[in-house]
Amino acid sequence: MTTQNIHFHERVDSALHDGSLQTALGRATTRFIGNRAGAMDALSDADGLRRQARAIRADALSRLDELLERLVANVEAKGGTVCWASDGEDARRYIAELARARGVKMIVKSKSMASEEIHLNEALEAAGLEVVETDLGEYILQLAGETPSHIIAPAIHKTREQVGELFEQHLNMPHTEEVPPMIKAARQALRQRFLHADMGISGVNFGVANEGAVVIVENEGNARLSTSVPRIHVAIMGIERIVEQLDDLAVMLQVLARSATGQKLSVYTSIISGPARIGEADGPEEFHLVLLDNGRSKMLGGQYAEALMCIRCGACLNACPVYQSIGGHAYGGVYSGPIGAILTPLLQPDFPDSHLLAQASSLCGACQEVCPVGIAIPDMLLRLRADAVRDGKYHPAEKAAIQGYAMTMKSPALYRAGGAMARLGSRLLGRKGRIRRLPPPLNLWTKNRDFPQPVGDRSFGEWWEQRERKKGTA
Amino acid sequence: MSTGTGHRRAALFVTCIVDQIYPTVGQAAVQLLEAQGVEVSVPRGLTCCGQMAFNAGFRDEAYAVAGRTIEVLRGQGDVVLPSGSCAAMIRHLYQELFEHSPYARPAAELAARTYELSEYLVDVLGVTELGAQYEGRVTYHDACHGLRFLGLRDQARTLLGEVQGAELVPLPGCDQCCGFGGLFAIKQQAISEAMLDRKLDGVAAAEADLLVTSDASCMMQISGGLTRNKSKTKARHLAELLANMTDVRP
Repeated sequence: MTTQNIHFHERVDSALHDGSLQTALGRATTRFIGNRAGAMDALSDADGLRRQARAIRADALSRLDELLERLVANVEAKGGTVCWASDGEDARRYIAELARARGVKMIVKSKSMASEEIHLNEALEAAGLEVVETDLGEYILQLAGETPSHIIAPAIHKTREQVGELFEQHLNMPHTEEVPPMIKAARQALRQRFLHADMGISGVNFGVANEGAVVIVENEGNARLSTSVPRIHVAIMGIERIVEQLDDLAVMLQVLARSATGQKLSVYTSIISGPARIGEADGPEEFHLVLLDNGRSKMLGGQYAEALMCIRCGACLNACPVYQSIGGHAYGGVYSGPIGAILTPLLQPDFPDSHLLAQASSLCGACQEVCPVGIAIPDMLLRLRADAVRDGKYHPAEKAAIQGYAMTMKSPALYRAGGAMARLGSRLLGRKGRIRRLPPPLNLWTKNRDFPQPVGDRSFGEWWEQRERKKGTA
Repeated sequence: MSTGTGHRRAALFVTCIVDQIYPTVGQAAVQLLEAQGVEVSVPRGLTCCGQMAFNAGFRDEAYAVAGRTIEVLRGQGDVVLPSGSCAAMIRHLYQELFEHSPYARPAAELAARTYELSEYLVDVLGVTELGAQYEGRVTYHDACHGLRFLGLRDQARTLLGEVQGAELVPLPGCDQCCGFGGLFAIKQQAISEAMLDRKLDGVAAAEADLLVTSDASCMMQISGGLTRNKSKTKARHLAELLANMTDVRP
């Protein structure tokens, strides 16, 4: 089932009524938030480090072309091959053709949101290849036939009880709700795949231009196996995920791990440059770097350029009270949460009704507060809303309401008269300070909340004027 | 309780919600400021900061409303609002709204003399003890825009700490959004309610007599949930508590 075809509000509604999802989200986001806060508090100057990280990202984006060219030259100098993919189609075709040309039958994959973005698995499977996800979360989702609902914790929406059922069904093991035996079963199933795979596909956390290297962080070791055991390694990297040098990388890795999982550093950090060299026992025979544009270069210099600073840590998802309420699938796009509301319309232009995603925010700013590079997410959500209005994507009733509002607020006389009328009406609608039922569309407020009855019989403005008059006559 | 800094004038912009629904919050603000020797003015014709239209994406309408507000507040000296959200609209969002427009300079000039009430009391006037008294347990909800766009966290707590008789108890998840979000409360009603439910859980756990916040909009949302659930906790604006006006409305 693809969630895209169901209307956004229906996805939200079913998420809010999904008990397992609510349990899973509550458990996971609470843990993530606590871990992140602890890891940040442990730094002597967390804000300083984040400012440094932001400066590094801003600098890299300001000369992206130069750094990318340097990265490519260095990757090629180390024996790697580079594919410039202007969109998903380019990337899919390159990888599928490479697999065909090299006689690949089985592919192991480590976690990659870029590969999700271009729907790579479907394309490779359509080409007759067997693709196995090796990140535990992604593996669970592959068994369940689902898509990730979180940038770093793809199966965050699943409870361990649900995973127990899934493993019982697919892995031929007795039902358990204990995590260790489940991990053991998955590891056994996956180990064979690593050994038999002809190609490993990974994402890239950062490309390091001066080194011609790609960096992959993970906690399970599956990415290291995927990139070193099969004879071909294909790394897919969004073109914006670049730093100039290893010193920059050191800063980025610190804020990434702390923001994502609350770790000082991820368990595995692999810095990979090129295929195995002559005489080296480990490593693939071929290394291919797919540089994915897919809408990114168009963002440069525009009003959403700052979103390119994102390092996909997922902290804004965990912190977002909307994400906490509805989870990732309700957003519907590959990227969810506050940053997903910005990235989806830009990176998935065919996504239906993507302008609605920016509405799913109370603009509380919790996302920007935790963002390791301080992306002004709320400001961009507001710009997306303005874009939607400019493009005529709004409910006619909303436009009428806003125009009525603006007309009233521009005219003190109208404002005063309207206020007096509303006060009169509300006296009829409620009692003891509260209104239990309002007429549509405000009945959406009073479904489970009271609306306040205006206090007293005068507005503040009227009270003030009477007071001034009294003063004048006193 | 004089500030010792001589004569001060401030224009009070109570915001549309306070003006029309919670006038007692505005009255409390007047009382608090005048008690500190501030000469309070309420410029004629003030209505709204324009945030509702801006947040909905209707920038032309927001421009018209906010542009008028800039005109009305021109030359009025310090501007004080009993709302972190509307103050943040002026201080933070006017910059983008009026970028490359004739209002760019007056908007920046206005932003530089605009303050949220607790910020004005503590950071500008330098007062903390206001002679407030309340017998009971009090807990505090951080309104998002004051907290994250104006950096206000300690000001309200400092003032609450000086309320005679009040026992200040922590609110679990005090910095989590209550789910108001303007039109969000209506347009995304189900999500807004889910967020409110978590807020109400926190309030219930605090077992307070008063839930205090610095934004009338959050107060409207939280209070709406509290009275619907027949909670014993009442929601009050910080200004009402500080001005000993917690009992002037139901």
